[in-house]
Amino acid sequence: MTQTQGSVAELLKNHPFFEDFAEKYRESLLECGRPVSFKKGEEVFLTGEQANDFFLINKGRVAIQVPASGGNPISIQTVRPGSVLGWSWLIPPHIWRFDATALDDVEGVAMDGRCLRGKVEVDHELAYELLQRFTRVMADRLENTRIQLLDIYGRGNE
Amino acid sequence: MTIATKQNLESIVGAPRPAKILSVDRNTDDVWTLRLEGQGAFGPGQFNMLYVLGVGEVPISISGSPGKTDELLHTVRGVGGVTNAITSLKAGQSVGVRGPFGTSWPMAAAKGRDVVIVTGGIGLAPLRPAIYHIIENRADYGKVSLLYGARTPKEMLYADEFDSWRETGDIEVLTTVDAAIGAWDGDVGVVTTLIPRASADISDAVAMICGPEVMTRFTVAGLAERNQSKDNIYVSLERNMKCGTAHCGHCQLGPKFVCKDGPVFKFTDVAHWFEKREV
Repeated sequence: MTQTQGSVAELLKNHPFFEDFAEKYRESLLECGRPVSFKKGEEVFLTGEQANDFFLINKGRVAIQVPASGGNPISIQTVRPGSVLGWSWLIPPHIWRFDATALDDVEGVAMDGRCLRGKVEVDHELAYELLQRFTRVMADRLENTRIQLLDIYGRGNE
Repeated sequence: MTIATKQNLESIVGAPRPAKILSVDRNTDDVWTLRLEGQGAFGPGQFNMLYVLGVGEVPISISGSPGKTDELLHTVRGVGGVTNAITSLKAGQSVGVRGPFGTSWPMAAAKGRDVVIVTGGIGLAPLRPAIYHIIENRADYGKVSLLYGARTPKEMLYADEFDSWRETGDIEVLTTVDAAIGAWDGDVGVVTTLIPRASADISDAVAMICGPEVMTRFTVAGLAERNQSKDNIYVSLERNMKCGTAHCGHCQLGPKFVCKDGPVFKFTDVAHWFEKREV
């Protein structure tokens, strides 16, 4: 992982996740963010590691994967630019449940989960704003996962 | 009472015509495309009843170009007695053909407009004639986006044609799979996640959808979120079709017969029946 130059403030302002997010909250989050980039094929995080961040993806795609035997991970979802990656920072015990690997050269902002947790402990309005947004992302992904579980393209019958 | 005789049954439903198989190509582990001698004109989206002597008959969509009447393509997934018998046939053998039956994709209504095609799995087969038609008449259509979902990368149908559809056909082809193992650098996720990425103007495009009904329901909802009018949505439905001529009633959907009034319907004509759990 390398850090890139660029304005975190600008990236936060333009990212869909923070659309209509109150300016005062966005400003208070600035100190938690840092620009990041990952080379194609680079690991963003690994299952079992401490989940200290979440990522706002601005460029490139990231595969969410389940490690499997034989070194061939199973990809279960692609996170695209404009999306967020990771919510384990929010939920104890703050451990990544999946692997994430850059499919392209990726740029974005890493938001420090420990910094965020400190802020939401004392500002419940901010906590509510953030939770609303994460809940929407989680609900979308849960719905999509349910459809994937249906195996709708599986073998039919005559 | 009218007693069914061979003659009057044939006059109602037609008799299978033997068609020689010119070649058989394997598309995926369980899907094959049979190239038969041409049987005349057909519309994109129509189907034939294919008959294997002594085994049975099944409805199979036509998957070739409507502009090429010297050959008839059928893409078949082996899932049961008849389809496994069909996919076991070899070049030089014959299969019985009745048809073509049913309605077609709205190629005339889509002229001059953007087109968004959403499909999954083997649902791409009945849409390939529409894609070929668009490519052969490219100036008649605006932006065209094909959004295709498959179970896994190796189960993607016609993947070897995607580059030519993009380059020669000027069609935007976006694909995704439900899961992938190993070195797959394409997208993973449900087909509806492709809708926001389509370059076609969805709010004014004609949409053609073919896939499992669960997929169709979520796709219609996804298109509606992009302000598409349901009047512009067409769906191909699948039911247990036996006669192909709306006489046996096996494929009844409310007051409609999928084999004759469909398989391609304007969505608003069947939306009510989509919501009925009993049908």
